[in-house]
Amino acid sequence: MIAHKNIKLTVNGAVYQRTVEPRLLLSDFLRVDLGLTGTHVGCEHGVCGACTIIVDGDSARSCLMLAVQADGAMIETVESLGSIHKLSSVQKAFHEHHALQCGFCTPGMLMTVTDLLRKYPLATDEEIRAGLSGNLCRCTGYEHIVEAVRAIVRQREAGP
Amino acid sequence: MKPAAFDYVAAETLDEAVSALARAGGDGKILAGGQSLVPMLNFRLLRPSILIDINRIRDLGHVDATADVVRIGALTRHHALETSPLIKAHLPIMTAAMQHVAHLAVRNRGTIGGSLSHADPAAELPMMAVLLDAKIKIRSLHGRRVAEARCFFTGSLTTDLKDDEIVTDVEFPRLLPNTGWAFEEVARRAGDFALAAVGVTMSVHNGTADRVRIGMTGVGETPLRASEAEGLLAGKAVDAQALEAAASAIEAAVEPNTDLHASADYRRFLVGALARRAISVAWQRACGA
Repeated sequence: MIAHKNIKLTVNGAVYQRTVEPRLLLSDFLRVDLGLTGTHVGCEHGVCGACTIIVDGDSARSCLMLAVQADGAMIETVESLGSIHKLSSVQKAFHEHHALQCGFCTPGMLMTVTDLLRKYPLATDEEIRAGLSGNLCRCTGYEHIVEAVRAIVRQREAGP
Repeated sequence: MKPAAFDYVAAETLDEAVSALARAGGDGKILAGGQSLVPMLNFRLLRPSILIDINRIRDLGHVDATADVVRIGALTRHHALETSPLIKAHLPIMTAAMQHVAHLAVRNRGTIGGSLSHADPAAELPMMAVLLDAKIKIRSLHGRRVAEARCFFTGSLTTDLKDDEIVTDVEFPRLLPNTGWAFEEVARRAGDFALAAVGVTMSVHNGTADRVRIGMTGVGETPLRASEAEGLLAGKAVDAQALEAAASAIEAAVEPNTDLHASADYRRFLVGALARRAISVAWQRACGA
């Protein structure tokens, strides 16, 4: 019998303490143990990007981390961005530019873009596309997603 | 698709890590960035009895330079290598190669020690190690040793590492001033593993190529050096004829595989084309430097 481990971590500002099996993936911990089903699980081997979250300030695949590894970590998931009544600027831009269709890839896209916007100027479309290259979308095509990101960058450059 | 059960320990020091590895008796795996290991666990291609997490060990993720070498700690993340001013100054070819390694979210976690230990035959960092004659520092409970990168990779996903050994850091000889270099890769999509990639470094001595090194990945079971082509170019001015001779030698020497992504013939064609391009660029840089 394998010993379960105690972990304590912060997710979207709230502190959680849980006991987990070592093999539990962080993506499943978020969805099943914490009920935060906004994080989607696609390929479970790091290719599709649907499960992308932010761990200690950097984007990461939650399907390629174990929950035990997140002990002490500060985690942000798509639930941290906004609500249906008050969308975050990234969510608003995705809405306005039709940057989603089925919505499966959207949580990963939103978290990836949130991370990119914090760190990079994203001055060119090439930079935006490179930043999005780790997230697969199978329905809208990427054009509208790039447009949404470009719109936020422009807005940001224009000032508040 | 979930991993089979395993035990887990987060080592605080290298001593703890190698002790735990020895105790596991060949059934333990080191967890560094996890970007290759966790997919293999998820697919149940690996079923270790215990994972030894080294992410909490201090000072394993440093990059520093002496007069001769750049030393990179095993836990250095790909993104740190990609953006390191020290790497850019002393190993600019590595900065260029890192642009091709996976995607940002993966580069944020993946490590050099993990990439070398995993030894994917189409990965960039193993090729960098072989191309640049890196020395791989290894530790176990019984002591330390150093492996030459050219002897470290023994097959696809297979290295010279014993079950109880861990990579601690990697030493890359700094590129000498006036070294010309180039890195060329083709992959199906940005961030995918290479269908083929070629890295070249050389300098110019009396108008001819000197200290020529050509590394290749994606076209064999391990990263490779194009020794014959290196010999053909040494002591010659890199003109169209020399370039053709070197590229033909490379095309003849490689034995790539056919898989879902590309045929062996296409990979052979590709490695020749990339070699022509990389050798020319490196030569021009060496002449201009």
